[in-house]
Amino acid sequence: MRILNHPILGELKDMETVTIYCDGMEILAIRGEPIAAALLAAGIRTFRKTVKTGEPRGVYCGIGQCNDCIMEVNGVPNVRTCVTLVEEGMIIKTQEGLGKSGGLHD
Amino acid sequence: MINTELLIIGGGPAGLAAAIAAGKYGVKAIVVDENPLPGGQLFKQIHKFFGSKEHKAGTRGNIIGQQLLIEVEKVGAQVMLNTRAFGIFDDNIVGIVSGGKSEKVVAKKIILATGASENALAFKGSTLPGVMTAGAAQTFINVHRVLPGRRVIMIGTGNVGLITSYQLMQAGAEVVAVVEAAPNVGGYDVHANKLRRAGVPIYLGHIVIEAFGDSEVCGAVIAPVDEKFQPDLTRSFTIECDTICFAVGLTPRIELAQMAEASTTFIGALGGHLPLHDNRLKIGKNIFAAGDIAGVEEASTAMEEGRLAGVVAAMDLGKLSEDDGNVEIELINERLSKLRSGQFGLKRAVAKLEIIKQYDELLGRINNGEE
Repeated sequence: MRILNHPILGELKDMETVTIYCDGMEILAIRGEPIAAALLAAGIRTFRKTVKTGEPRGVYCGIGQCNDCIMEVNGVPNVRTCVTLVEEGMIIKTQEGLGKSGGLHD
Repeated sequence: MINTELLIIGGGPAGLAAAIAAGKYGVKAIVVDENPLPGGQLFKQIHKFFGSKEHKAGTRGNIIGQQLLIEVEKVGAQVMLNTRAFGIFDDNIVGIVSGGKSEKVVAKKIILATGASENALAFKGSTLPGVMTAGAAQTFINVHRVLPGRRVIMIGTGNVGLITSYQLMQAGAEVVAVVEAAPNVGGYDVHANKLRRAGVPIYLGHIVIEAFGDSEVCGAVIAPVDEKFQPDLTRSFTIECDTICFAVGLTPRIELAQMAEASTTFIGALGGHLPLHDNRLKIGKNIFAAGDIAGVEEASTAMEEGRLAGVVAAMDLGKLSEDDGNVEIELINERLSKLRSGQFGLKRAVAKLEIIKQYDELLGRINNGEE
């Protein structure tokens, strides 16, 4: 949910939007925001599944330190979505384990 | 290879203040920061800062951040974003990587202003989506303007927990519980009272036993603890929520200081393991530590430490006379001691002196050939 009105920061206005895709779903993001913000605003909270047990993981530290929010972005696995800004037409996928090309073995 | 007089690692309040302080005396500084935007964690601190007028008290953190960026530009410091310092080597060489390309920086002086990381808690379900640090929630609501959830349980009543709880409410979320293991609130009463007046229950002497939910957090089991922090499960209860935040302290990010072979010590009041530094924040001949890396405090203190390191670096580089520099240093130290007064500040003042004491003792042993 976006915070459109804020008692201190004021009204959110004049936003330029870009379209991104998460697991095929079209999402309107705001230019300049990180992928994770756009996904949370769209109600998506599971960003990846763990390697061995497939447990869900999402945003944890929000500032690029913990690596819990990594996803596949434009075919590249292990991208930290909380510090990677959205770009028009970005293709984002829930990362399964180490990701398509990030595996240690087949 | 990049040559510079001063390399500052970290573009938060300490790093930017250092660049400005040194830049005023003509030092050409480069600031590297791994984030896409400068300011560190200042821009999410939309509350008014404490202290006196000279500390910009009454000004909100995000506004102070904007002022710092203007001043950084004015002094002409170069800020390299999306740039991570991955290592520090002999002869003042720092390895940086940017856009997948690594490069060497040779700096006459280096200031480490790498900040701190938020601490985590481990309990059943603590990895579920929706469980996050308080800082993450604060970043999303105040910087990105996105609510990470609507019903929040906050763990920890230090100032970060209290302030973030209030800011979550300002952003439109409901804070359904604040849980604190200790028998008292950890932060300032003024912040706790704001929450109490708004009807937020603060559970002192309680801990979260587990978070539950299938694909994301749906609630938490909470139980009271005895004086040894052992939970009484017979008195546990459940609160539904969609978000749990950890505000359980911060730990200095000292990896680069360790790589630079700084000696470290453990001081709980300042966040844990820290590099030893002298009374001018030097951790080595040409290396300084400023801000949370030198002990977790507040952004106001971090900025003053940044200024101190910046001024000393300018003196060392011959841009500022000893006399003029000492006048500046005295003013900064006066402001620092004001920030380190009062109920909480005094503990930090004592702890900071302990760092310097241990540094001096170590130096004494080295000079005596004992180490």
